[in-house]
Amino acid sequence: MIPLSHYLILGAILFSIAVVGVFLNRKNLVILLMAIELMLLAVNLNFVAFAHYLGDISGQVFVFFVLTVAAAESAIGLAILVVVFRNRRTINVEDLDTLKG
Amino acid sequence: MNMPNILPAAPEIFVSSMACVILVADLFLTERRRVASYWLTQLTLVGAALITLRGLDAAPAFAFHNMFVQDYLADVLKLATYVITAFVFAYSRDYLRARDLLRGEYFVLGLLGVVGMMVMASASHFLTLYLGLELLSLSLYAMVAFQRDSTAATEAAMKYFVLGAIATGILLYGMSMLYGATGSLEIAAVRKAIAAMGADNMVLIFGLVFVVVGLAFKLGAVPFHMWVPDVYHGAPTSVTLYIGTAPKLAAFAVIMRLLIGGLEDMSGSWRDMLAIIAVLSMGLGNVVAIAQDNIKRMLAYSSISHMGFFLLGILSATPNGYSSSLFYVLIYTTMSLGAFGMVILLSRAGFEAERLVDFKGLNQRNSWYAFLMLLLMLSMAGVPPTIGFYAKLLVIQAVIGINMLWLAVVAVLFAVIGAYYYLRVIKLMYFDEPDDQAPITAGLDMRVLIGVNALALLAVLPWTGAVIDLCLKAIKG
Repeated sequence: MIPLSHYLILGAILFSIAVVGVFLNRKNLVILLMAIELMLLAVNLNFVAFAHYLGDISGQVFVFFVLTVAAAESAIGLAILVVVFRNRRTINVEDLDTLKG
Repeated sequence: MNMPNILPAAPEIFVSSMACVILVADLFLTERRRVASYWLTQLTLVGAALITLRGLDAAPAFAFHNMFVQDYLADVLKLATYVITAFVFAYSRDYLRARDLLRGEYFVLGLLGVVGMMVMASASHFLTLYLGLELLSLSLYAMVAFQRDSTAATEAAMKYFVLGAIATGILLYGMSMLYGATGSLEIAAVRKAIAAMGADNMVLIFGLVFVVVGLAFKLGAVPFHMWVPDVYHGAPTSVTLYIGTAPKLAAFAVIMRLLIGGLEDMSGSWRDMLAIIAVLSMGLGNVVAIAQDNIKRMLAYSSISHMGFFLLGILSATPNGYSSSLFYVLIYTTMSLGAFGMVILLSRAGFEAERLVDFKGLNQRNSWYAFLMLLLMLSMAGVPPTIGFYAKLLVIQAVIGINMLWLAVVAVLFAVIGAYYYLRVIKLMYFDEPDDQAPITAGLDMRVLIGVNALALLAVLPWTGAVIDLCLKAIKG
């Protein structure tokens, strides 16, 4: 049987990849949205692993809700991406710099 | 058969059903009758307030398998949310109409955001907390992007979305760790498990760090404040008004439920984290606000510094401290409502009064509005005859109560630095010549409400004790 710590380490690695992906990515907003999805999936992995090892179903139920809300969140994110593209004709992260100070 | 008791959630059910009704009714309204959606929205808030008032003073009631609690704290926060959002919608109506933005979606999203805040105020389970938070956040992302043809608004929406989603991810990661360590998602059970296992468990502290970071992101406290100025600046002023007021009450609710309701036994660990966040927020917020020439940006940095003061009460980890934070956040939302209301009042079709110089010589153009702005600015700075002074006094008293004198000294110093940029607005209004002679026009309801809003900061003074008692009662249940 795979020990719990393996799952947690995998979750932590995925989470770190997502955070690094958000902050190092300077090119494309779509990659940013993917990194955010990955972050939520890392959380889901944690919840499922804990739920299994604790023998408690509520963690898995929580994952269902996270998945559903994540879908709604990407829908809104993509909608905002579309309006950004319409206004600027680019989805380059570095071009989002009119607001500063 | 045993019917589940859903009565404690009656206000939430009412508001979400009405949001659906307004969404459909708005489809059948002609452009000229569009204002009917606005009145339906206000009616919804009044209805929800009546339902909440009926359940006030009852013993705490649980629903949905202990996921949802209706207690005095939740009711007080919900009532404040209704009042604040009713003012927000009233201020927004003419502003939106002048910019062809008066559409039903604005009010529907606003109401769904209110439902999110209500659920957060009543959450007693990680799941309800998360769903309420997301319902609010998703509505806010869409509202910021509401002015679809504005480059600034859509850019602000994108930044808000990305940072908000990261914050949610971090908060959830922290929750998963807490779940793993305690074996439960129910906040009361988490508290019991922590009391049994002791607060120095590694996994618990690991989870706590993520939870604090996630909450700081949502509060907009330094070093997780990057989105605040851009979103406040880029969003249409009516949306800034919404973001800058009621969600702060909801943030207090989350802190109260999660950090204090669930993790109070770990206060030794989170006190230091919050102290660092509070000092940085007060410092950076107040210093950087001085450099701003856009009033929306200035108020954004001012909100960051106010969140620092607000955290002082929380980190004292005593019931008196929590109630002083509740008092602070109630006063802050009222002041912020009035300040952004003034920006809306001075704006007109094709002109946004968002630069500081737009306030030049306001006294000569209209001395009444200048006086109201004077009150708002003095109260934000915390000058004694206004209620803002008592708000600051109470949170500083709370940190003195736990012998963190250095923190109290730092807070007072930054409050003095902060007074500079509030007084600069007053100087511009009273001692400079106006560039812009256009008359200030506003509907009767707007003129009355902004007067009520600003004068409330003075008029509440004789009842300060009663408000403080109310806050204490809300905390102690």
